[in-house]
Amino acid sequence: MRYVMVIDTLKCVGCSDCVVACQTENDVPFGYCRDWVTETVTGTYPHVEMELRSERCNHCENPPCVRTCPTGASHVAEGGIVVVTGNECIGCGACIESCPYDARYQHPEEGYVDKCTFCIHRVEKGLKPACVSVCPTRCMYFGDIHDPNSEVAKLLAERKYKVLAPEAGTKPRIYYLI
Amino acid sequence: MKEELFISGRHLEKIDPHLEIWEFPISLYLFLGGLAAGILIFSSIVVLLNKEDKFPSAARWTPILVPIAIVIGLLALIFDLSHKLYVWQLYTTIRIESPMSWGAWVLLIITPLSILWVFSYIRELFPRIDWKFSILYRFESFIKEHKKFLATLLIPLCIILGIYTGILLSAFNSRPLWNNAILGPLFLTSGLSTGAAAIILFSKSQYEKHLFSKIDILLIIIEIGLIIHMVMGYYAGSEAHINAISILMNGDFSFMFFVILMGLGLIVPLLLEVFELLGLKMSVILPALLVLIGGLVFRILMVEAGQLTRILY
Ligand code: SF4
Ligand code: SF4
Repeated sequence: MRYVMVIDTLKCVGCSDCVVACQTENDVPFGYCRDWVTETVTGTYPHVEMELRSERCNHCENPPCVRTCPTGASHVAEGGIVVVTGNECIGCGACIESCPYDARYQHPEEGYVDKCTFCIHRVEKGLKPACVSVCPTRCMYFGDIHDPNSEVAKLLAERKYKVLAPEAGTKPRIYYLI
Repeated sequence: MKEELFISGRHLEKIDPHLEIWEFPISLYLFLGGLAAGILIFSSIVVLLNKEDKFPSAARWTPILVPIAIVIGLLALIFDLSHKLYVWQLYTTIRIESPMSWGAWVLLIITPLSILWVFSYIRELFPRIDWKFSILYRFESFIKEHKKFLATLLIPLCIILGIYTGILLSAFNSRPLWNNAILGPLFLTSGLSTGAAAIILFSKSQYEKHLFSKIDILLIIIEIGLIIHMVMGYYAGSEAHINAISILMNGDFSFMFFVILMGLGLIVPLLLEVFELLGLKMSVILPALLVLIGGLVFRILMVEAGQLTRILY
């Protein structure tokens, strides 16, 4: 089993509902976020193109954050989800430095490092991550890429997609449909 | 033209707009680690060559600094952790892939060894020290007898420590300015050079000062060579690498790089040491001090500038 997320950049309207849903679901400290939306504009007026992307930890297949963690607090859980065990984390910041996507932060009150968990607590109960379940345009899909009948596997078979910074070598597992 | 903005008002303190997780304490930790490694390597070599009497500073006086430097360095590291009370978790596992992990283990071994090293001869320097218990006297003579063995152990461990201070940074491919294979040997060379400088500072013997000046000249030349090599490597690299090195070449850190590190930290002390060897009357203290300051500046420069560089996507 390998959980991935597929996000349709053509459907996203940049409402940031995913960000708010995550903050509420995961009790994210005030002023912080585990996911965020970027808007990229390329070209020169009037020939401009815009892309909206909901971004978060890519739950990389080759995660440098897990590799550089000295205590094993950052680890790969069931289904390839990359998580941090708070009471094993010393807050050294090695994982933050090693993430090419700047997806992690030090929890301002607790001190340990925190980030997107793919809502593992929901996934274990058979639910979808909070961000996926609230998206009003339904531009996000979550599932097992190893199952050829899953929504995500089908979308990736049919549509054109990209991942962010593949040259970083982390094998990110969030796919953006373009 | 490409413009990118966060529309969700992303605000991760200490990450946006610039990553600033590792600050001065980490630079200090890397500097002191390199310095400790440098001093102990020279000290061990002197002992292995039976030249303790000719080089009293290298063999006896300067190594007293080592345990102090390591302890200050470790305290600085702990100070920079955000989940400090869990620091013992470092020693619940060994993770070879994580430089932070094996570095912590190497330090755990070197710290007591460096204390034993100083313990074995401290009474020769301060004869009034009284160990009180006969077992401590027996232990002292036991270490004395096995000092060469200790030296043989310390040399490889300290080489690892010196290289580790560079690899800790170079293991991150997400920060292109750190991600180069030269940084390990470069920081080891710099550590040896600061070690030699410290030995010069604490030496009263003209002969010893001169020999270590010569060693330092060689090390500074190697260090300059490695830095040039590193810069050239970046220019031959990918866009991310070229962007990364430009921060030192013509960006926010170029003054610090060219004037303070290359100028005051390497070239000026190099010239002063060469002039001194040529017989001109010069202080050997000044270049040694400059080398030490340059070593610290180098760590600060790499730690701070490196965190500003990233892979763009
Ligand atoms: S995106 Fe960053 S934090 Fe997430 S798995 Fe990859 S490297 Fe680790
Ligand atoms: S901050 Fe915590 S999770 Fe990150 S590398 Fe250090 S110990 Fe591991």
